[in-house]
Amino acid sequence: MRLSLARKTTLALIGLVFIAISSVVSAETPKPVVPKGKGEQCVEPTEDMRKNHMKYLKHQRDLTVHEGIRTKKFSLVECIECHVVPNEKGEYPKFGSDDHFCSSCHNYASVDIDCFQCHATKPDTSQGYRHNLDAKAAHHFTTTSEEQVLNQSDIELVTAEKEQQ
Amino acid sequence: MTTENKIDLYRRNFVGGAATLAAGITIAPGVLLTGVAQAKPADQPVSSSVRWGMLVNANKCDDCGACVTACNETHGLVGHGRPETDAQWIRTVKLRDKTTGHVETLPVMCQHCETPPCADVCPTGASFRRADGIVLVDKHICIGCRYCMMACPYKARSFIHETLTDQKPHAPRGKGTVESCTMCVDRVDNGEQPACVVACAGEHGEDKAITFGDMKDPNSEISQLMMKFGGKQIRADLGLNTGVRYQGL
Repeated sequence: MRLSLARKTTLALIGLVFIAISSVVSAETPKPVVPKGKGEQCVEPTEDMRKNHMKYLKHQRDLTVHEGIRTKKFSLVECIECHVVPNEKGEYPKFGSDDHFCSSCHNYASVDIDCFQCHATKPDTSQGYRHNLDAKAAHHFTTTSEEQVLNQSDIELVTAEKEQQ
Repeated sequence: MTTENKIDLYRRNFVGGAATLAAGITIAPGVLLTGVAQAKPADQPVSSSVRWGMLVNANKCDDCGACVTACNETHGLVGHGRPETDAQWIRTVKLRDKTTGHVETLPVMCQHCETPPCADVCPTGASFRRADGIVLVDKHICIGCRYCMMACPYKARSFIHETLTDQKPHAPRGKGTVESCTMCVDRVDNGEQPACVVACAGEHGEDKAITFGDMKDPNSEISQLMMKFGGKQIRADLGLNTGVRYQGL
């Protein structure tokens, strides 16, 4: 069977495109983009944390709830404190989005976790949690507006510093 | 009391007294640490050598609500406009004597029983009593059956019906689990006092209605007050040996 020149060219082109696409796919397997935390190094080597973080967290949770052991090393609150950082606008990523440290990888691996049905997904920005329990604060229920302005400016200060670096 | 126990008590008194004296000297002349919770090292488990408790003076409580507000704020308890099911860890109760018309208000929360009925009925072991006397729900293993809510004689527990967001880092809580007063367990573990106690003292100063401390330490403020004025239990007939006691009921 003889093929016309035009037909040959078309087939060759299709073949080329196909080869090009498959080579791209094999070279770059999509990987999760995990947001960088505040610190330089996690509490254990990264490889270890990737593999075993769930074991550490579960062990720590039982010790904390039942025995009141509150070491910071494997505390979920401390994980969030370091790994969940605000963007340039000072907004914290929501759990479930690819910008949140935990869900960035769990979305990729399709692992459904229920930690955040109860636990806070971002650090506590109202520093008053432990200290504003005076009568005034107790009666007005929320922190005063001055404090909120201060917090906002603090956030801007921090993000500005980061941009400079 | 056996002789051995007596000796132990003497020793404890002596050691406690010496510690108080040392603290007084260290901080400032004439200033004594009274009723301050002792912070345990973070890596040590809680032990039964302390029993945390509260003493409420009903005569001094004027229903200002500072304790309730402080609790709600500290733990992020937000109402949904449904008082029947909204979470309530502490509430003020009004008692009216029909004969005299005398009205008394007092805060009621989880009474942190020594033999808690909630823990007895819990099918999963989620309701438990910590070694230092604080009764808690391990929400990791709570299945939300609410047996404990029925068993509690003080109606102290709440069930979370709604999906929650923006919880406080130190007060994790979520839909489908039961919760109640934790005596601000994370604060206590850090050597601080519960939020309601701090708020009450902030509102009333020296005339505060709630005192927190170690009921096993004879020199603590709470033990001294209870020795002097007694500490009644609500429904003492149940023999639960509650950790929250009342004065002036």
